[in-house]
Amino acid sequence: MPIAHEFEYVKPTTLDEAVRVLAECGDGARVLAGGTDLVGWLRDDLVAPDLLVDIKGIEGLGELGLEGNALTVGACVTFTDLIESETVRIDFPLVYEMARTVASVGIRNRATMVGNICSAVPCCDSGPVLLVYEAVILVKGPSGGRAIPATEWFVGNKTTALEVGEIVTRIAIPLPEDGHAGAYVKLGRYRGEDLAQASVAILALPRDRYRVAFGAVAATPVRAPKIEALLSWKSLGDSLIEKAKRLIRQETSPISDVRASKEYREHMLPVMFERGLRAAAARLAGSGPEYGTRFV
Amino acid sequence: MKKTIRLNVNGEEWDVDVEPSDTLLEVLRGKIGIKSPKVGCERGDCGSCTVLLDGKSVRSCLVLAIEADGRGIITVEGLSKDGPNELQRAFIEHNAFQCGFCAPGVVLAVSELLAKRPHPSRDDVKEAISGNLCRCTGYEPIIDAVIDLTAKGEE
Repeated sequence: MPIAHEFEYVKPTTLDEAVRVLAECGDGARVLAGGTDLVGWLRDDLVAPDLLVDIKGIEGLGELGLEGNALTVGACVTFTDLIESETVRIDFPLVYEMARTVASVGIRNRATMVGNICSAVPCCDSGPVLLVYEAVILVKGPSGGRAIPATEWFVGNKTTALEVGEIVTRIAIPLPEDGHAGAYVKLGRYRGEDLAQASVAILALPRDRYRVAFGAVAATPVRAPKIEALLSWKSLGDSLIEKAKRLIRQETSPISDVRASKEYREHMLPVMFERGLRAAAARLAGSGPEYGTRFV
Repeated sequence: MKKTIRLNVNGEEWDVDVEPSDTLLEVLRGKIGIKSPKVGCERGDCGSCTVLLDGKSVRSCLVLAIEADGRGIITVEGLSKDGPNELQRAFIEHNAFQCGFCAPGVVLAVSELLAKRPHPSRDDVKEAISGNLCRCTGYEPIIDAVIDLTAKGEE
């Protein structure tokens, strides 16, 4: 089925030009990077922009690497770029593990991490991982730039803190200071193209500190402060893990939809959480399964 | 508004007039006459529209033709100008496809893998074709063909 809706297309070569064009066109414009969500939405008539602004010609938006103490992920960096980066694999292994679970090679060659969080569907794989790394999203608009913490980025289903006329230029992911490990556990119906039915990201820091976030079990990806507070500064044992699993219902609000029932999600979350938590703790201690392992 | 774009398709230059809303899949099939990329799910799930864009497998149903202006596209027609290549012959020997609808996508996905990793593991092959749905074979003969071909090279 062809795309029924006509639109114009521009491919600016500078960020200033892109910002100017977006400001002129207001909410009639959409930014196009990988297009793996946007082209599908155009075909389904879920969006009907007057103008697409292709940002792949803008120099610098493909930047990926350590800058000071943070990983810069430019707006055009694809999931394949993340997987193939040695810096990501070694210094930000949780980003690597998450990127490996996104769809399939043919999608990962186009889909970008920035596009993933701009689409902001509740099951976006980048969401929980960026929450636990306490990443910052850098945007530029007609009145200048601003930095939005990941915790304030997701406003609702497919809704973000980005305002009309603004464009995300990059994500900055701070490197935890004295070492870290993590685990990303994604539940899907099959490997390959499927979206998450539920997901859990765990970041383990030295001296028994943990950060936890869930995906696809609320209107947005969510951090789990109660679980984090319970786990912190205590040595991880069976009874503590059981207590933490009982808090999951207070931190999430899964619904039934086309991919899974509420009950299935509620059943699987503690299973996934426990496997992820134990793997993250073991990895921090220097053992545990290699990154890229599937836990469910 | 129509715009003329230039595509290099299997080594040949094409100037084609496209609307911004035309997908690469539609332009390849409808305007250039390359029929190996198939119209399947049209949402990126099935992999039957796979082509190589500058060497990387992409879903041509999710790429606008205008985005590919000035770039190189390889389809199965470009791999087999002188008859089936080594990989395609391995698939034939293993009777790896039945209806063949997924075959062009699988051939290209595996070609991309072998360019990066000439001696892949079984898991590497599974990962590479995980986004290419085949409803006939159960995948095993496809994977067997690739492993058989690439293990031969190792001896």
